[in-house]
Amino acid sequence: MTSIAARNAAEISQRGRLRSASAQMLFEGSIKFTLVGLTLLSVLTTVAIIAVLIEETVGFFTMADHPEISVWNFFTGTEWSPLLGAQPLFGVLPLISGTLLVTAIAGIFAMPVGLLTAVFLSEYASPRTRTILKSVLEVLAGVPTVVYGFFALTFITPYLLQPLSESFGTYNAMGAGIAVGIMILPIVCSLSEDALRAVPHSLRDGAYALGATKFDVTAKVVIPAGLSGVVAAFLLALTRAIGETMIVALAAGGLAQLTANPSQQVQTMTAYMVQIFLGDAPAAGVEYRSSYAVAFTLFLITFLMTWTGAIILKRYREEYD
Amino acid sequence: MKTIPLPKTNMDQSTTTPTSSTSAPTVPVALRPPSAIEMNSLSAWYAKNQVLHAIDLDIAAKQVCAFIGPSGCGKSTLLRWLNRMNDTIPGARATGKISLHGVSLLDAALDVVDLRRRVGMVFQKPNPFPKSIFDNVAFGPRLHRIYSRTDLEELVEQSLRASALWEEVKDRLSSSALGLSGGQQQRLCIARAIAVGPELLLMDEPCSALDPRSTASIEELIRELRTTYTIVIVTHNMQQASRVSDTTAFFYEGKLVETGATDLLFTTPRERRTEDYVTGRFG
Amino acid sequence: MLASCLAATTIAVLVLSALLISIAIEGTSALSWSFLTSFASRKASQAGILAPLMGSVWVCAICAIVAIPVGIATAIYLEEYARRSRLKSLIQLNISNLSGVPSIVYGILALVAFVRFFGIRSNDDPLTFGSPESFMYLQIPFGPSVIAGGLTLSLVVLPIMIIASQEALRSVPQSLRQAALALGSTQWQVVWHVTLPAALPTIMTGAILSMSRAIGEAAPLLVIGGFLLVFQTPTNLMSDFTVLPLQIYNWAGRPQAEFHKIAAAAIIVQLVVLLAFNSIAIVIRQKLQRPLQS
Ligand SMILES: Nc1ncnc2c1ncn2[C@@H]1O[C@H](COP(=O)(O)OP(=O)(O)O)[C@@H](O)[C@H]1O
Ligand SMILES: [Mg+2]
Repeated sequence: MTSIAARNAAEISQRGRLRSASAQMLFEGSIKFTLVGLTLLSVLTTVAIIAVLIEETVGFFTMADHPEISVWNFFTGTEWSPLLGAQPLFGVLPLISGTLLVTAIAGIFAMPVGLLTAVFLSEYASPRTRTILKSVLEVLAGVPTVVYGFFALTFITPYLLQPLSESFGTYNAMGAGIAVGIMILPIVCSLSEDALRAVPHSLRDGAYALGATKFDVTAKVVIPAGLSGVVAAFLLALTRAIGETMIVALAAGGLAQLTANPSQQVQTMTAYMVQIFLGDAPAAGVEYRSSYAVAFTLFLITFLMTWTGAIILKRYREEYD
Repeated sequence: MKTIPLPKTNMDQSTTTPTSSTSAPTVPVALRPPSAIEMNSLSAWYAKNQVLHAIDLDIAAKQVCAFIGPSGCGKSTLLRWLNRMNDTIPGARATGKISLHGVSLLDAALDVVDLRRRVGMVFQKPNPFPKSIFDNVAFGPRLHRIYSRTDLEELVEQSLRASALWEEVKDRLSSSALGLSGGQQQRLCIARAIAVGPELLLMDEPCSALDPRSTASIEELIRELRTTYTIVIVTHNMQQASRVSDTTAFFYEGKLVETGATDLLFTTPRERRTEDYVTGRFG
Repeated sequence: MLASCLAATTIAVLVLSALLISIAIEGTSALSWSFLTSFASRKASQAGILAPLMGSVWVCAICAIVAIPVGIATAIYLEEYARRSRLKSLIQLNISNLSGVPSIVYGILALVAFVRFFGIRSNDDPLTFGSPESFMYLQIPFGPSVIAGGLTLSLVVLPIMIIASQEALRSVPQSLRQAALALGSTQWQVVWHVTLPAALPTIMTGAILSMSRAIGEAAPLLVIGGFLLVFQTPTNLMSDFTVLPLQIYNWAGRPQAEFHKIAAAAIIVQLVVLLAFNSIAIVIRQKLQRPLQS
């Protein structure tokens, strides 16, 4: 009945396997070795980023001809004017405040709009509407950020903000902030939606069985249950906002100032780096090196935020697994 | 690490003796070892949780042995030690001795890949690959690269015939296996397992996801296959055990309570717990 | 609740429409065949995007060649080989952290590592392989060349690629792996014959989305010294280059309205490319993605 199978089984045991066991083990071993090696590349990337940033930042803080630069002055100084004046000033607070102002505006726009859209998608939308909206969001997510910068500069500021108030200049924190908000909207939305959809149906059914309305179920059961996921979504989106470069380089302006006024221009950490790397500051000069210290600050902030987000996300995944 | 090759088994020897290659291998019963599998004080753990306690059990060659017992008593665990599938579960370990035709299966240096080629396994839920029917059956032979193309086609046909599926699928070998019914899929999985020429077939509740008609066809298939293979089947269904098996082993809470010829075990069990279980008083 | 949700959704849709309409109004008039086939120019009316277009193609191709295989390999190791351990979760955490690193920071790493080769060898006295006529012409350090640009982008998209591939592999049912193992497959045979083919459509979708991220990146390339004005298309790995987003940035940042027009026209081209990428991803998702279980 299974003569070939039997014959061949016999053949294998006679000849041994086509590939001998040791050859096969060698092959498997070299594959595994390659995979491990390639996996370590991502670890190496992190190590290299940290090493490069630390090395260059230490170089900046220990420049012999600039004894006035110190870690303390850097993190507490309220004036950032590396290029102007006889004595350059490196107090990073104006850059941080500029970054935070833009990020805050982006968050104020994107978090409610994104969350509510996510609620609509996960609780109300018909499958058809959902598919369409998801593709709209996917398109938004794919738009290069330089396009949003252009949009802020040529549409948001002149057609939305300047008609509202004369105080808005060509470059301002508000226009850039809104554009960054649009950029992070798809992230907020799709990550929050994942969090909401991960809420088990049994929880919803339980509430409905008690006579709750759809509003009650959504507001009092689904959102609270998905809250940690939503918070993680917010954090990850805000991290993207903090690190966003092209929008602010185009639309936020180039003046580092400590202000909370959104109609003013501000300089963010990333915009400063663009200014330096695009300009012709000499590579050994103090302003060039200051950009590494700024980059390190930016890296630390975003690293902490992503880490927190990842930990929250892991927690809530474990809750429902 | 050095691997220990499995020595030639009885079946191999019989087929390498000059017989006509078209006739089925016939093995003089007297030459067979009394048991295909011997277990001596086999214990098994998942991490710190001991789930098998000192099992001593022999399984005769070319017979069907049924494992019965309440769920969670360790039947699947025992089965998965017979082809070392437990190696894929972190924290799973076993002590004691299992030998298959005299080869020690718990040896750390055992070539598990070769072992699994010689031991077919059929799972609780049919799990055909998302490939064509032909490619499913040809998967194992191709893996071990031992067939010419015409041989492969013949082998697929034979395997499908052996699993009583050929007539139903011969016209659509290239269509997806996922289009088959549950029962057909399970027979396909059996065909896939026997296409590599195993000596032992392990079946873990192969009918529990199937309807009664498919179950009947699989049971009939098992009765036919036992002329060629040693089969171990885990089942929850007493009737099924009594219909298909020659011997039965009853497990309870990780211990082997009783084993013997199926008709005797069901009619005159020696142990009280066995009697309670087979008469449906618990389980 | 429903009302506010609807309002929010409307805002999202309105924003997208405003974006597309304003750019279409501004840019279509400048769009022409010669715009696609000319180099940059001081005069907006004569400027074109040939150099950035070809630069984007080169840089993205290099990025794809590096990031896609490495991303898939890492995902395979983490999902199919690595056992649950401290080390594995550390690597996993590291990858999610990398995905949050601002792209401009990757630019800095690339500047030091690829462009300057950590200063180990001077850019004025590079190690040279091959001749400039061959496209494989290579010098170390790379300097601000297409190879440096492609590698930079591969750093940026690698975590995205890894995470997408991991999700694809995770969606392959465990029962298929067990079936293959029980037939005597080695670990790699399970991956090669079962898991990878089953996950491939999803992985390809992830790869295309990663590439659409790469093609829109400007910041890290700006840091490594991607040129804003380039008057040639790349001919080998050491060629100078610019990319579409950098060109858009350059034109958008100028005060004159004519340059805003051609920036908008370049954006239209960029968006069309992206839309093509997205459509391919959607087609793959719908056509190739077959059920893995019945
Ligand atoms: N992968 C695993 N990890 C940890 N414990 C397991 C695993 N599989 C089974 N067990 C435990 O081992 C015991 C025996 O399980 P099993 O062999 O599947 O029983 P049966 O097949 O008889 O129902 C059960 O208590 C079960 O919870
Ligand atoms: Mg079981």
